[in-house]
Parts: sequence; structure tokens; C-alpha cells
Amino acid sequence: MEIPYTIETRPDTGVYNAKLGIWLFLASELMLFGALFSAYILLRVGAAPGLWPHGWLDVRLGAFNTILLALSAITTLLAWAACKVREWGKFKFFHGCTLLLALTFLGVKSYEYHDKLVHYEIQLQDGTFADGHLVEQNATQVVLHGRYVSDERDLYDLRAQKDIQLRELTIDRASIKKMENYAPKHNTFTAIYFTLTGLHALHILGGMCVIFYLWAFGERLWRRDPEHFTNRVEVSGLFWHFVDLVWIFLFPVLYLT
Amino acid sequence: MSHAINLFPPSRELAASAGPAHVAHPAPHGHGGHPASFWSQYIFSTDHKVIGIQYGLTSLSFMLFGFFLMLLMRWQIAHPGMPLPVFGGMLHSVVGGMAPAVKDAAGVVAGYCISPELYNSFGAMHGTIMVFLGVVPLAFAAFGNYVVPLMIGAPDMAFPRLNMASYHSFFLGGVVMLVSFFIPGGAAQAGWTSYSPLATTIPTNGQAFWLTGMVLLITSSLLGAVNFIATVVQLRAPGMTWMRLPFFVWAQFVTAFILLLAFPPLEAAGVLQLMDNLAHTSFFLPTGLAVGGQLADRSGGGSPLLWQHLFWFLGHPEVYVLILPAMGIVAEVIANNTRKPLWGYKSLVYSVLFVGFLSFIVWAHHMYLTGMGQKIATFFQATTMLISIPSVIILTCLLLSLWGGSIRINTPMLFALGFLPMFGIGGLSGLPLGLAATDMYLHDTYYIIAHFHYVVAPGTIFALFAGVYFWFPKLTGRKMNEFWGRAHFWCSFVFMNLVFQPMFFQGIKGMLRRMSDGGVNYSAAHVPGAIAALPGPIMQLNIFILWAAIGLGIAQIPFIVNLFYSIAHGEKVAGNNPWQATTLDWQTPTPPPHGNFEREPVVLHGPYEYSTAGQPADFTPQNVPLVPPVPAPAATPQPAH
Repeated sequence: MEIPYTIETRPDTGVYNAKLGIWLFLASELMLFGALFSAYILLRVGAAPGLWPHGWLDVRLGAFNTILLALSAITTLLAWAACKVREWGKFKFFHGCTLLLALTFLGVKSYEYHDKLVHYEIQLQDGTFADGHLVEQNATQVVLHGRYVSDERDLYDLRAQKDIQLRELTIDRASIKKMENYAPKHNTFTAIYFTLTGLHALHILGGMCVIFYLWAFGERLWRRDPEHFTNRVEVSGLFWHFVDLVWIFLFPVLYLT
Repeated sequence: MSHAINLFPPSRELAASAGPAHVAHPAPHGHGGHPASFWSQYIFSTDHKVIGIQYGLTSLSFMLFGFFLMLLMRWQIAHPGMPLPVFGGMLHSVVGGMAPAVKDAAGVVAGYCISPELYNSFGAMHGTIMVFLGVVPLAFAAFGNYVVPLMIGAPDMAFPRLNMASYHSFFLGGVVMLVSFFIPGGAAQAGWTSYSPLATTIPTNGQAFWLTGMVLLITSSLLGAVNFIATVVQLRAPGMTWMRLPFFVWAQFVTAFILLLAFPPLEAAGVLQLMDNLAHTSFFLPTGLAVGGQLADRSGGGSPLLWQHLFWFLGHPEVYVLILPAMGIVAEVIANNTRKPLWGYKSLVYSVLFVGFLSFIVWAHHMYLTGMGQKIATFFQATTMLISIPSVIILTCLLLSLWGGSIRINTPMLFALGFLPMFGIGGLSGLPLGLAATDMYLHDTYYIIAHFHYVVAPGTIFALFAGVYFWFPKLTGRKMNEFWGRAHFWCSFVFMNLVFQPMFFQGIKGMLRRMSDGGVNYSAAHVPGAIAALPGPIMQLNIFILWAAIGLGIAQIPFIVNLFYSIAHGEKVAGNNPWQATTLDWQTPTPPPHGNFEREPVVLHGPYEYSTAGQPADFTPQNVPLVPPVPAPAATPQPAH
């Protein structure tokens, strides 16, 4: 006996095996990200007053990335539609676009990560703070492009402060009490930001690998059994849409609030 | 002789036994035609039966290892700080300073004992191994893989290659867990529950290994769960409607949903704790955390309670992952050996669905003492009482199934019958723990150890033994030895109770769990006159339990020998259906070839047509038509007397 319904749909359930499989997988993914978002809510609600950052992330970059993923959702759909009408060339074109959009997304994301990792908060011996992007540092001095604040809380709500003036600050190492970049360990916000977007980026990467595999090495299966290939495009497309959807939640939660 | 050990039928036999339905298999079913190599047949097999056996043997080995850890712990509890007999030197050579030398009065090394740190890591790893590497893989993955496709009349699982990946991920996860014993600092020490901040502040990387291992195990169970659900939904044979599924399949189906939806939150929690341990974030570390009198260099702002919520969101449904497949096995064995239909099949199905649903909203009954608040406790107390209703329905149905049957007593049936009262004790003793008021007193004592072990050890594990004895003839064409099977049952039954029954008393007297000295510091002998100090007889029970546990270990030797000896030398069974069962798993050749059925079975009626009136035999397999009832002869007028 052969395994039935690998390609054709089972009449009483209306799906083929892989389609049911991916929906089940997505249900599990929903619980994964659901738990992470719940953790986010719990940590944020439990944060001390005034110590949850606002406006730390660049909304323009986030919005740009949102548009990229939205476009990639459209090209994914069109790639599948092209398979349905048996047009290989169009499939190559649209999924080529998907891959480029996803790659750009990851590029922007890594720029944002880099931006956070070179951003330092320096606690000075006199109790004030210097905060900004690292320009250069040596054994005796640290140069930041940033500003001084007397209260650490001023570093948290950037949205409430208009026209923040940044300039070059030269700080003696001797006057530094503690120097820390905006890495995950910096505070709860950076921790959850890096974890959530990092896991999401891993999902993007995984989806890209699958789509690239179909795009680059799929032609043999396409020639032999186009319906089977189309199913694979559909299943990987469902995953891609889910990953897009997660970003649709991540963007407002992390960038806009 | 080469066919004596025929657990894994090579695919060449398939070609011989296959009917015309068996023409060329697609890729995942490949390696037809040319002889399969050792690697593709045993290690990288995509056949659900081989994978089931791989899971079975691996998880049985892990269970034995977990049991051995427990024996070492019981020695330490009974004789704290005393040199470990027999295994002391070996332990020292493996874990080094964590098993320190014990010197006698003359300064000569008398042996090696278990340090408190080592005890803690044994405790953590015993729980982890037994739950995630032993019982769940055996109950769900091994039996599920082998039996479910056969029972629903499918040629294999829906995704054979995912199935293989699932086993490999599981195996790798197990290796990571075991390797952690050898790293400096030793394996994880924060209990199988890995509560933060303890799990982050203990100075060993064992926790990172534990978390990595868990992520692999969760991946494995995710792949398995997707596969099981897709298989049951998509690959049921024609005529196998939902209400014709054997109860075992229902139990596995619900279990798969629990695994699918409850494990990801633990994966999320695991990722966050891994960040805490490796990237020094503070997801679960509160502000102002001090370690060893020093303020920890952490940003703080996290929530230890968050870990507990995420952990128990898996942790409680996991209990039902442990018990539901066991109930499924017991149901099959009981129906088969009472020679009558299961009592209340529909109630069983609806109950198991209800249990599956409710299992997601009872988790915080593990957290009454955390200060999460009375209102939340009240809610979870109510749902906990609710979930006992379907559990009791299931147990009652199984018990009532015995009523009026002409019961065949054999080893699988003995284990299945043993399951009923043992699970009953486990379940009923859980009620005081589900109510917040009594849980305040019993929480973290040996009472709870006794309670959940009654559910899992003489409960689930007995059912698993029943399953091994029951399906062994399908795998091998031979039966396991009946005498030694019964000896295994009776000895296990007695020693199990001798091990766990005294713990109820210890717990009620206030002995706490997870103490590496077995409670000596709180004993009346150590602090005379203290209020509610542990009295001498309660402390003496520790030694009693140690010997009972050793007896339990010895009682497993007949099983191990029987299992392997019977593969080649057991009594041969006649035909493919030695138990005269109705379900489809017994309507295949023995052992089932690659692709399982010679032709696609067509299911004609429900799963438990035993002793149906008017049938030629006392069992009618699901693919054999029921003889229509003979129409009653027309009433002929009786001659008047």
C-alpha cells in the first residue's frame, strides 16, 4: 500500500496531508509566539513606573520592513497562482522578488541590531549619565555621539521629549562607573526585543531557505509532477504568511507603543 | 535462522508478500528492489514500525537509567553521607569531586558518597529522564508509532521522513542530557521544573545543556504530534469513521493535540531561560536579586512567576500526555481479554476529549503557594475538580467493562487490571492537592511524590508493560514467557506499593521532598523536643523504602531477560491474531511488512465486536462483515395439547 492523499485531497477532509500538517504546525507556532507575547505583556505590566522605554526603535525602519513583508506576501501569493496556471517563468519571477524582499528585510534588521549594539549608556561617577552611539574608544577615553542626562529616567521615554540635541561627548575612562551597550542584557525591553525579533528573523531565514530551495532546485519536480510542486509552494507560502503575520503584531508592539 | 529475529522485515520480503497494490513506492518508501543496508534499514528507516521499535528500546533504556539514578538517591536518603556501596568508585570516576571521598577514623578512604549538589542533579535528571525521555516517548511515540497506523488501516504515518527526523531529534536531545553529567559543575540541579532564579544562579552550565536538550525534545514531539494528527485525520481506511476508531487511537489523538499545543509555551520559556543563562538577560530574575549575599549583576525587572506559569502550562497537560496513552492501552487489553465490548465507548471518547480540553486550564494548581492570589487559586481549584469528572468516567468505564465478562487472565491483562486500582489511588490522593487549603499543608512533601508516582509508576508504567506483553507477538510472532511475565507483575505490584505507600505517611508527617539528607535535620533524633519534628519510625521508613526499591529493581530483571530472550526463543504463536482481537492491527501479517496491509482494509463496523450474537466466532474483526441476524422463523401455530 502507498501513502494516500500526498498530492490529491481527501474528499471528506478537503485537504492533502501536507496542508493539514502545515496548519497543525502553524497552530503550534501560534502557541509559541502566543507564549512569548504573553511574556511580553506580563513583563511590561510588571515594569516599574517610568522604566519601560518608549521610542527606542526607529518607526520609519520598522514601517519600511512592514511594507517589505506585506509585498512579499503578495509575491508569494502570485507565485502560487503562477504555479496553478502552470507558468514557470512567472513563478520564478515572483518568488525571486519574495527572496529579494526577505533579504532586504534581514538587511534592515541587522542594521537595526547593529545600531543598538553600538549604543552605550554610561553611568558616570558623579551620578549622571552619558548616552549615545560609540564613535571611538581607547584606553583612556570614550567618545560618544549623544547627550548627558542627570536622571536615568530621561533615557526611557524618548517620545515625550522633543528636539533632543546630540553632540560629540568625550568621556574619561576614570569617570566611568559602568558602561553598557543596548544588548539584550541591558534591560527587559532590549531583552524581549532581541528575543522576539531574533526568533522572528530565524523564521524568516528558515522560510527563505525553503523558498530558495523550491526556486532554485524545483524544476525537476515541476516537470515531473506540477501539482505536487504547486502543493509545496502552497505549503511553504502558508508558513511565509504566518511569519508575515507575526511581524504585523511585532511592529506595533515593539515600535509603536 | 536468519528469520528467527524478524523485528524489522526487510523490504525484499515485501516484494514477495505484496499483492498488486504494492507497486513501486514513492521516495520516502523507497529502497525497494535492492537490499537495504544496515543504516537505511535500522538507523535511517522511515518505516513507522521500525521507528516505533527505535523509540521503544531507547526509552526503555532511559527508563532503566532514570531508575538507577533513583536507586542512588534512595541510598543517600536512607544513609546520608555514607559511602555508596558497589557503585561509589565508578561514580567518583565519572563525576569527580561531586562524589567526594569518605574517610574512616584512620583517614583511609572508605568509599565515595553523594554530595548535596550531586543529589540535586540526580533529582533533576531523574524527573527529566523519566518524563521526557522515558515514559512519554514509550507511551506516545513507541506505541503510537507502531500501533496507530496499523489500527486505522494505514500503510504508514502521513510523513515518514518527519517521523524519522522526530526520532533523531529525540535521540540527540537525550544525548545532550546525558552529556551534561560530564561537564564541569555537572548536570542541571534545579529540579525537573527548573524554577528560576535558581536555574540561572546555580554555577553550572548543566542548565544550558538541559534547556538545549529540551528544545530538541520539544522539536521531536512537535514533529511527532503533527504526524499523528495528520495520520489519524487523513489516512483512516475506508469505512473507518470517527466513532469506529479504537479507543487507543482516540487517546493517542488527544495526546497529540496536547503535545502540539502545550509544548510550545515551554519552548518559549526555554528560549527565555536560555537567554537568562547565556546572554545574561533578566526575564525571570526580579529586581534586587542577591546571590550568595551579593547583589547580582543583572538588570532585573523580570518575573520568576512567569517561568512557573509557562512551565506548568506544559507541565500539567504533560500529566495527561503520560496517562492518556496508558488508558488507551488498558482499554484495548481489557476489551480483548474480557471478550466483550468496552462499556460506554462513547462516554470514553467524549471524556478523553474533555480531559484534553480541560488539561489546558488547570496548570496553576501547582502554584497555590506562590502568592499568585486567591482569586486565581479559586478558579484553578474549580477547573481541577472539574477535570476529575471525566477521569473518573474513564476509570469507571474500564472497571465496568469487567462486569459479566469471562475474563482471560494473562500477563497483559494482569498489568491492565493492576493499572486500575493503582491509578485510582494516584487519582484520588490528588484531590487534597487540588484544593488550595489542604495543598498548603501537603505541598512539597513526600505526599505529592507518592501521589504522582502512583499515577505514573504503577499507573502508566504498568499499562506500558501491558502494552509490551500484548503487542510483542505482533512484532515477533512469539509470545513472551507467561510464567516470568506473571512473576514480573506480582513482584512489581508488591514492591511498587511498598515503595510508594510509606511516602504518603512520611508526607503527612511533614517530610519535605528534595532534601539530600532525607530529612535528618528535621528529625526528632537530631532536634529533640522540637514541635512536629519527624519521629523515628517515619525516618526508619527511608531504609524500608530503599530495600523495597532495590526489590523493585530486581523484579525488572525477569522482564529484561524475557524481552530479549523471547525475540528468538519465545513460544511461537499460531496465526496473525493470537489474542483473537478485533482491531485492524491484528489483521496484518506478522510482523507487518513494509506498507502494512496486503490490500487496503475496508472497515465495516465498530472496534469491539466481541461475543456478538449470531457470529461464527466470539470476535469479529473490523474488516470482517457481521453475519446479519437470522430472521426469526415465522411463528408456527403450536399444536394444542
